[in-house]
Amino acid sequence: MAGILDLDLVAARDALRAREISSTELTSAYLSRIEATADLNAYITVTADKAQAMAKASDERLAKGEGGGLEGLPIAVKDLFCTEGVLTTAASHILDGFKPTYESTVTGNLWSAGAVMLGKTNLDEFAMGSSSATSYYGPPVNPWRGAQDSETRLVPGGSSGGSAAAVSGWAALAATGTDTGGSIRQPASLTGIVGMKPSYGRCSRWGIVAFASSLDQAGPMTRTVHDAAVMLSAMAGHDPKDSTSAAEPLPDLEATLDSGVKGLRIGVPAEYRVDGMPTEISEIWAKGIAWLKDAGAEIIDISLPHTQYALATYYIIAPAEASSNLARYDGVRYGLRVDGGSLDEMYANTRGEGFGAEVQRRVLIGTYVLSAGYYDAYYRKAQRVRTLIRRDFDEAFGKVDAILTPTAPSDAFAIGANEDDPVKMYLNDVFTVPASLAGLPGLSVPAGLSARGLPLGLQVLGRMFDEPMVLRVGRAIEKAATFTSRPAMLEGI
Amino acid sequence: MFVWNGLYPMSLDKATVASIATLARLRVPEDRLEPMVADLNAILGFVEQLNQVDTDGVEPLASVTGHSLPQREDAVTDGGYPDRVTANAPDGGNGFYAVPKVVE
Repeated sequence: MAGILDLDLVAARDALRAREISSTELTSAYLSRIEATADLNAYITVTADKAQAMAKASDERLAKGEGGGLEGLPIAVKDLFCTEGVLTTAASHILDGFKPTYESTVTGNLWSAGAVMLGKTNLDEFAMGSSSATSYYGPPVNPWRGAQDSETRLVPGGSSGGSAAAVSGWAALAATGTDTGGSIRQPASLTGIVGMKPSYGRCSRWGIVAFASSLDQAGPMTRTVHDAAVMLSAMAGHDPKDSTSAAEPLPDLEATLDSGVKGLRIGVPAEYRVDGMPTEISEIWAKGIAWLKDAGAEIIDISLPHTQYALATYYIIAPAEASSNLARYDGVRYGLRVDGGSLDEMYANTRGEGFGAEVQRRVLIGTYVLSAGYYDAYYRKAQRVRTLIRRDFDEAFGKVDAILTPTAPSDAFAIGANEDDPVKMYLNDVFTVPASLAGLPGLSVPAGLSARGLPLGLQVLGRMFDEPMVLRVGRAIEKAATFTSRPAMLEGI
Repeated sequence: MFVWNGLYPMSLDKATVASIATLARLRVPEDRLEPMVADLNAILGFVEQLNQVDTDGVEPLASVTGHSLPQREDAVTDGGYPDRVTANAPDGGNGFYAVPKVVE
């Protein structure tokens, strides 16, 4: 079994096309692995029967020499994507029993490309968090353990923590994530996998449970940069059903992947050297800079002066949009209903019981900053600072082709840590939020291990719609880093 | 009309949080109100730093792509399946949602 699970997405694709393995065989191996790793709590729902049926159909197509870009490849879906007839929870009590009667555009694209659906992965409730511990279904667990402390269970990051745990624990070949302020990149960093947030507008948001609509973006979580390029190619595309979906044509992402970085200008922003940054984070960053330099890139010091205001800006804009989006959970149309004496009481009881603590905090903050009298003071102000943050990037990208930063300010922390103070948890996204506010593409690539033996990622940022550049620089880092470490749980399988 | 004086209120009190909760149609039990006040004040204290940024004459950013929203013909493109639309309703039937009595 280990042999077949050892294949990454591209290797499995090629082996399927060469008929060296079958999708049924590959899918069965992953379904067994999902059972064996149930302790990771990576999945909320496993769709074994559906997976087997899809695998069989893929094998029939492959036998005829047909099939799409992801034909026969078993993939997990963050439980924020609506999947027709399959429980979709957003890890919230308030969506109890919700089975959408439609399919999200992104997952629809994956199935059209031939992918096989393994199930729906765990996450922070409504994707609000950086640990995935706010899930109504209990926290997913990072497959990695500290070298000196193999007992403590660590978070896989968040909000796409179940997807990250599944991919790094080999309980999925790849998975979809969504990223609003870092929810693909930070978990990728904490679990030693590749995670990409494309430019805002690349992937349709239609059928994805909405959190903050001006920021939400779907992307791939995979073992390699090449895998991410292949998976994103299938996920992305213009969709008339999402009016913010970009008509921009997606270039061939595989074609330029190995073009190298010789002659490219790579920006290193001074403002990302934040106070109290652990030495090992600055060290891995310095290594990344050296790798790119050795590969022929020109390193350029740049300034993004409004970086320090990005988190505060985000924590006005995201809750404001969330409070508006989450108004739809009213106990009338889907999910949980908790009765009350009047219609208003029924709303309040349903939402009071259905939403967890962090979601309630954000709904209340959002309601407050949008309320009469405070809209200009908070929301408008944040939108103006957002303009300045975007301008910083626009100016920087006049001088450089890509930007290199750390992905997260620390390695994986213990489940239950950082929960005493909501702001402490928010600081996890300090390096990822600025690019989210600016709408830019970002990629996290595993670069090395911390002193505790846990993975650390580096982040590559690019110009709007310049995914090829981001992947190309990411591939160069991946090549130089030769990150081959695996969680101890994968030994001997 | 409200004119912002350039300063954020220092902190929210219990009564204000209770009224925000009413606006948000969110029942927060009495014993949960106090910790919620503390959490919200921590968050508002954190975002207060935006006061330091000079944004005079800066336009607010609402769209990052720079694309204008597409227009389409004003025509019905979907619908005609009330049973599918209401399939997940906690209460109802025959293509209707049922809610507590609103009009006496």
